Amino acid sequence: MNGIHDMGGMHGFGPIELEENEPVFHQPWEGRVSAMRRTIPGVASPYGGRFLIESIPPDLYLKSSYYERWLLSFEDALLKKGLITAEELDEKTSFYRENPDAEVPREAAPELAKSTLETPYTVEAPSEPDGRGITPRFEIGDSVRAANINISGHTRLPKYIRGRVGTVAKLYNDQDIQDHVPESKRGPQTVYSVRFDGRELWGDTAESNQVLYIDMWESYLEPN
Amino acid sequence: MSGQHHREPEPYPAIRTKAIESLLIEKGIFTGDAIDAKVQAYESDIGPMNGAKVVARAWVDSGYRERLLANGREAISEMGFADNQGAELVVHENTQAVHNVVVCTLCSCYPWSVLGLPPTWYKSFAYRSRAVMEPRKVLKEFGLELDDSVEVRVWDSNSDIRYMILPERPDGTEGMSEDELIELVSRDSMIGVGKAKTPAQVS
Repeated sequence: MNGIHDMGGMHGFGPIELEENEPVFHQPWEGRVSAMRRTIPGVASPYGGRFLIESIPPDLYLKSSYYERWLLSFEDALLKKGLITAEELDEKTSFYRENPDAEVPREAAPELAKSTLETPYTVEAPSEPDGRGITPRFEIGDSVRAANINISGHTRLPKYIRGRVGTVAKLYNDQDIQDHVPESKRGPQTVYSVRFDGRELWGDTAESNQVLYIDMWESYLEPN
Repeated sequence: MSGQHHREPEPYPAIRTKAIESLLIEKGIFTGDAIDAKVQAYESDIGPMNGAKVVARAWVDSGYRERLLANGREAISEMGFADNQGAELVVHENTQAVHNVVVCTLCSCYPWSVLGLPPTWYKSFAYRSRAVMEPRKVLKEFGLELDDSVEVRVWDSNSDIRYMILPERPDGTEGMSEDELIELVSRDSMIGVGKAKTPAQVS
């Protein structure tokens, strides 16, 4: 999707702010969200965790911190999956707001746990390339043009690359396409490292001796 | 802390996180211990110290360096580090002629297996938007000025491949042991926004 997350080449975000001796988590809840999300990796399927983050409305995305975006997308995934309901989440939120000293339980409540078992929830393992021996369309040194793809679902082809001409630098192992494409177009593709000259991407404003490498699934590329 | 003061109310994300954790534990999705263990792992077991060991080994062992550049995942597993994230771990070497730097413009992809969780600046809108367009200006903000003759290669980590940079071994470190060299390898040098420290900088 052409969302706010696709930031490569945008102006206006100011200087890089550095923090000396930064802790891994600035607030304990950040660690809890991270750990919960990673404990049930399949929770975001079939949308994908990244797509749920990208789908946060642009104004909210911009004013949320990294872990606030994780929290928003995790909540979205849990609701979509039916693991929790909006009502019980709001009720529990009110409870902890009114009872700041109340502890989070450590173990399952038997009755609730029983009902969860009836919820269709499985952790899906990431798919492995099936090694069916795809013949690459391009080889190292080929001149290629990035496709001009504008889908409303997830894609890994950033706007700043679309339509630009680069050179194939390397062939990687096959990877499943991550884009939200029709069923017939899913599955593994050759992934290429493609080199783009700075001037091709940024014109006269490019810096001297600047190049960019990006990973391109084969369907992102056209012969040039 | 004095008990007679009213406590500041907790911020909304903290309360919301408690609510979610509480519901998922009550429903038997996971236990509190499982979440504690993961937080503990993030804070103690993974981090740039793992990558620093890999770099120091590559500096002292040219055979290891070649294996690392050829297949990052296999080479780090020799050191006991598992890379179970994404598709491949690719390592690029910085030299006097070529300087590599990594960014993820679309999200914040980062080689957790060797560097741990990314610092806030790596996830910032400023870094994500600017690193691909004006890398020299960005590197200058980290205190790194590169001669115009150096080719700056920016790697946008948009697929499931993860990138780590093998920094140049600093001058004047010929007599140093692998353990001493580890101290010179900063996190930033493995992202490519800095160079390894000199012995004078750590002493």
